[in-house]
Amino acid sequence: MSRQTDSQSTTKTRPVPPTLSVITEGSPLSFVNPDGTLTADGEAHGIDIELTRGLYREMLLARTLDREALSLQRQGELNLWLMCLGQEAAQIGSVAALLPSDMIFPSYREHAVALYRGVTPAELLVQWRGLAHSGWDPRKYNLQMAALVLGTHTLHATGYAVGARMEQTDEVVAAYFGDGATSQGDVNEAFNWASAGSLPVLFICQNNQWAISTPTSVQSGGQIFRRAAAFGMPTWFVDGNDVLAVHAATTAAAAHIRLNGGPALIEAETYRMAGHSSSDDPTRYRSDEELESWARRDPLTRIEKLLRLMETPESFFAELDESAERLGAEVRDACRNLEPTELADLFGNVYAEPHDSLEAERRSYQESARALAGVNR
Amino acid sequence: MSTMSLVGALNAGLRKSMADDDRVILMGEDIGTLGGVFRVTAGLREEFGADRVVDTPLAESGIVGTAIGLALRGYRPVCEIQFDGFVYPAFDQIVSQLAKFRARSGGRVSLPIVIRIPVGGGIGAVEHHSESNESYFAHTAGLRVVSCATPDDAFHMIQQAIQSDDPVIFYEPKRRYWDKGEVLDQSDRNLHEARVLREGSDCTLVAHGPTVATALAAALAAAEDGFSVGVVDLRTISPLDLSTLEEQTMTSGRVVVVHEASTFLGIGAEIAAAISESCFYSLRSPVLRVGAFNMPYPPAKVEDAFLPSVDRVLAAVDHAMNY
Ligand SMILES: Cc1ncc(C[n+]2csc(CCOP(=O)(O)OP(=O)(O)O)c2C)c(N)n1
Ligand SMILES: [Mg+2]
Repeated sequence: MSRQTDSQSTTKTRPVPPTLSVITEGSPLSFVNPDGTLTADGEAHGIDIELTRGLYREMLLARTLDREALSLQRQGELNLWLMCLGQEAAQIGSVAALLPSDMIFPSYREHAVALYRGVTPAELLVQWRGLAHSGWDPRKYNLQMAALVLGTHTLHATGYAVGARMEQTDEVVAAYFGDGATSQGDVNEAFNWASAGSLPVLFICQNNQWAISTPTSVQSGGQIFRRAAAFGMPTWFVDGNDVLAVHAATTAAAAHIRLNGGPALIEAETYRMAGHSSSDDPTRYRSDEELESWARRDPLTRIEKLLRLMETPESFFAELDESAERLGAEVRDACRNLEPTELADLFGNVYAEPHDSLEAERRSYQESARALAGVNR
Repeated sequence: MSTMSLVGALNAGLRKSMADDDRVILMGEDIGTLGGVFRVTAGLREEFGADRVVDTPLAESGIVGTAIGLALRGYRPVCEIQFDGFVYPAFDQIVSQLAKFRARSGGRVSLPIVIRIPVGGGIGAVEHHSESNESYFAHTAGLRVVSCATPDDAFHMIQQAIQSDDPVIFYEPKRRYWDKGEVLDQSDRNLHEARVLREGSDCTLVAHGPTVATALAAALAAAEDGFSVGVVDLRTISPLDLSTLEEQTMTSGRVVVVHEASTFLGIGAEIAAAISESCFYSLRSPVLRVGAFNMPYPPAKVEDAFLPSVDRVLAAVDHAMNY
């Protein structure tokens, strides 16, 4: 099944990228083999060397952030961290194919997406240090707060897209979620709603094979991307560890949405290389062999190999290492320098308009805090 | 008799219920292979098999909805909700379905389902993992709501909840999960009885779940200052054991209710109203409440200021004494 995306509507002016047929059968779309050589699809599509370098750079920075944050958690500087190790290609390849004006609704593991959008390390870590529920202004980066109640944000993305549709913009609204979240009613409502309303939502499912200890085989009876057909939307099933394939699929899906209006689903097949979070012990439920087999498909290694095959100068890698080191230092400093939070300041965040009983509670809290401080002095 | 953590006691209680009655089925996210994120169900899948300790899809509405279907065939499902803040996707199934089946069926259909919820804050968690939502369910006719505070109660109450022919919302105080205590082989206490932990002639503290230990610590501190402060562990929220509360009120004349949920329309508000209705002339001060402010649970770094502390309880006792 393939849909024509290049012969339709002339009202939109954005250039159409190379057409990529809608993939609903067989193995995921892949351009780069784990050894850095190109697949037949990769050869046919062609490789943009500058793009490849840029994506590699972003993935490496994301991995640096992730590693530093985990080590900060181990040192007791962060309360919790949800690692994105292994998912850099799925995140960077997709976010890089969107426009900065496209609104994104992330889950809690999309640190690479956030970093790519310009969120600072301090803004990223403040939540995980236990100082705030979210760190950045969603409007500044066109990146919403991370959804922690699984799948809820897919409906928010859908509603946001209703507005885009009414205003006749050519925005794409992207929602990131995991394989586990696809079991929630909200996600399936969003699929249906977006399709019924022909809304410009790009659903990006990172299937990292696990939802905490629950494997995809227990989670769902069929493959996730196959649901798209029944909901009446096109889908791209892509090797989520192949940043170029993810980028091409997202480019095609976004172009489809901008031209035709309706939603699309991307399933990026990837792997959660670390535990679910810094509190999880994955050895309780998965095998070393499985981990090793995915380690051989690492998203960064294959692109590094490709870049070397394409005779990228050593200076590129050396400069990148320096950038990564700088980022690492920035992450550590940012974390330790985060300002403390005062409970008294949080009362004002609850309502937009004055609320008398909460205001009374705030006063009584401040009085009692003063009184207690007096007692303990 | 043996010494167990609260998690261990729940695990032992579940094991006993499953061994005694093969209609008991556990279901929830990550409860099988992993044994639950708090390990409450650790080892039970190995013992009873994957049909009776079910790793469900990630869908709370589904967990409760399918539990209802199983109960309609005579099973006795025990659902685990991974964290308090994730019960809301199941709200319709609990409030409109589970709670009402019996009344809707004219008393013909009962649903013996237990919904276990790790509850409350104090563990440094990220948002949605520290909530106290007992009022929503206690406000719903058709549900029984209980809250355990000690390993001994955890062990016995979970078994009694499973034996109940009504739906039971079963709260587990997650910040007390690792506290150890003695567990007796038998209990003569009914599921819906409060327990007087300490008699007091000056003031009575009423708490449940995670705040019971806070109330006890406050009572000890008050004793050092020469006040006789009693503590009642509520244990049951719906139904409330009003007669125990009334007895204590008659002796002390002052009542302070301590819970983690916000005081606004919280269980403390119901207790205050009920006691002033029945014990008005025994009261020497208004019933006071110590609980959360009416705001979403705050970020972890300020939760100590947010949670009812010994100091805040003592301040309320002071207030009652000086009324
Ligand atoms: C409604 C809801 N239920 C349960 C949880 C607890 N929980 C947090 S993450 C998670 C697994 C999510 O798996 P998946 O959607 O595949 O995303 P991944 O963590 O793999 O990125 C669970 C069960 C939650 N956050 N929200
Ligand atoms: Mg997953």
